[in-house]
Amino acid sequence: MSAPVRTVLAGMLPGVPDSVLIANRGEIARRVARTARRMGVRVIAVYSEADADLPYVAEADEAVLIGPAPPRLSYLNADAILAAAARTGAQAVHPGYGFLAENAEFAQRVLDEGLTWIGPSPYAIEQMGDKIRARNLMTDVGIPVAHGSSEPVRDAADAVAHASRIGYPVMIKAAAGGGGIGMTISADDDQLRAGFETARSRAERFFGDPAILIERYITSARHVEVQILGLADGRVIALGERDCSAQRRHQKLAEETPSPGVGADLRERMLATAVRAGEAVGYRGAGTVECLVDSQTSEFVFLEMNTRLQVEHPVTEMVTGIDLVEQQFLIADGAEVSFDPGSVQPSGHALELRVYAEDPVRFLPSPGAITEWKEPAGAGVRVDAGYAAGNVVTPHYDPLVAKLVVHGADRAQALDRARQAVGEFVVTGPKTNLAFHTDLLNCREFASGDYDTSVVSRLRP
Amino acid sequence: MTEIRAEMVANVWKVVAAEGDTVADGDTLVILESMKMEIPVLAEGAGSISRMAVSEGDVIQEGDLIAIIE
Repeated sequence: MSAPVRTVLAGMLPGVPDSVLIANRGEIARRVARTARRMGVRVIAVYSEADADLPYVAEADEAVLIGPAPPRLSYLNADAILAAAARTGAQAVHPGYGFLAENAEFAQRVLDEGLTWIGPSPYAIEQMGDKIRARNLMTDVGIPVAHGSSEPVRDAADAVAHASRIGYPVMIKAAAGGGGIGMTISADDDQLRAGFETARSRAERFFGDPAILIERYITSARHVEVQILGLADGRVIALGERDCSAQRRHQKLAEETPSPGVGADLRERMLATAVRAGEAVGYRGAGTVECLVDSQTSEFVFLEMNTRLQVEHPVTEMVTGIDLVEQQFLIADGAEVSFDPGSVQPSGHALELRVYAEDPVRFLPSPGAITEWKEPAGAGVRVDAGYAAGNVVTPHYDPLVAKLVVHGADRAQALDRARQAVGEFVVTGPKTNLAFHTDLLNCREFASGDYDTSVVSRLRP
Repeated sequence: MTEIRAEMVANVWKVVAAEGDTVADGDTLVILESMKMEIPVLAEGAGSISRMAVSEGDVIQEGDLIAIIE
């Protein structure tokens, strides 16, 4: 038998499609495109009428207008996206995060068109997409979850009955939810009754599914997640953790790795658990297992699994030197990853700051035209940006305009570099939360590393 | 008379109060949506709504009139 012939043509290499349609926008569309281009893959962008001038559209090899600004008419419009794929001859679809990334039906349609879906199987997406089902599945394989409801909570009275069993405070969540939307904490029956109705209407509106679950709320906790990678040969590996405790409105503002609150023993247990969670659904590709770590007891519980590339994936890339998007491409086509899974040695410390177009005090949205945009640069500094000078930040999408990622030999150096980089980042036009990040980096609690999910609310009461 | 104006570009998601309604200080008049966030617009002072200048689905700009309370 002759040896396989390798040519330099991307489409001829195992694991590398000839072209990819990126079904997303902004910074993540640009970030995925960067790796695709490096791998010799033709990049096809899709955009709404509101995004025609953004850098990711101009930089793509081909760009297709898929509809008006509202997401349901464009980035959530599966028909328009699949039509764009067919018209441009795309061989693969990368969904980024958000929008259709965790939509099992969309993933299946991509596969049915004969295209490569750069993500986990529709089955894995479906199993993990419903938080109640995911909780129950994790319990079945011996993974700890917070005390909570194992089936959808029917009404406010049912919620109160659950809470009396679980104990207050409790967290109300949309079973199909994400991004912190619809999550409310209740300290007693009255708050729960009121919060339940709000959560239900938001769940219906944002996720098209009113199912609600209730979980015991851990008052002082760190939000720590594990990056996993399901390899083409069926193995699942863990690539370290990320601490995402700095949040406002249950949405992440800053992430770092390693977590200053996770010791070697806890890390080992969390990584092993995350691998088991991935194995339970035969996971392939990049995924994230989110956990809460109780600050008092250092015990952790499973929160949810995100079956896609995570916003904060760059911090893992900075300490491991692994391009996670490249691995997604390789795994999706059944190829081996580009590194030795047995000898990953994270090095140093990385921190990501999410730059949002919102005022730095009340965190209210601040869309507008960008008149000046100057990114920081230097040793250990990476900026994943979705915008540039002359672009308009519109109210149609989330407020993330860029991610500032820094790497240092240790946490102290990473924080120093972050402080300097934040100071050099200039965005004029919309208000941004850069001034908040300066405050966060300088506050004693965050700087000490000994912080929890309430650090931002203490900084901005 | 109090003019309630928009603080940012936003979509009008829900109009909660109507012309002629009597409102108290802090009552929700409309709920805006911008960047995947709901932003309630509240009455600044008690009175009756003499004008509701927006409808659900409108896109409003910073400084646009939302309602007048007298």
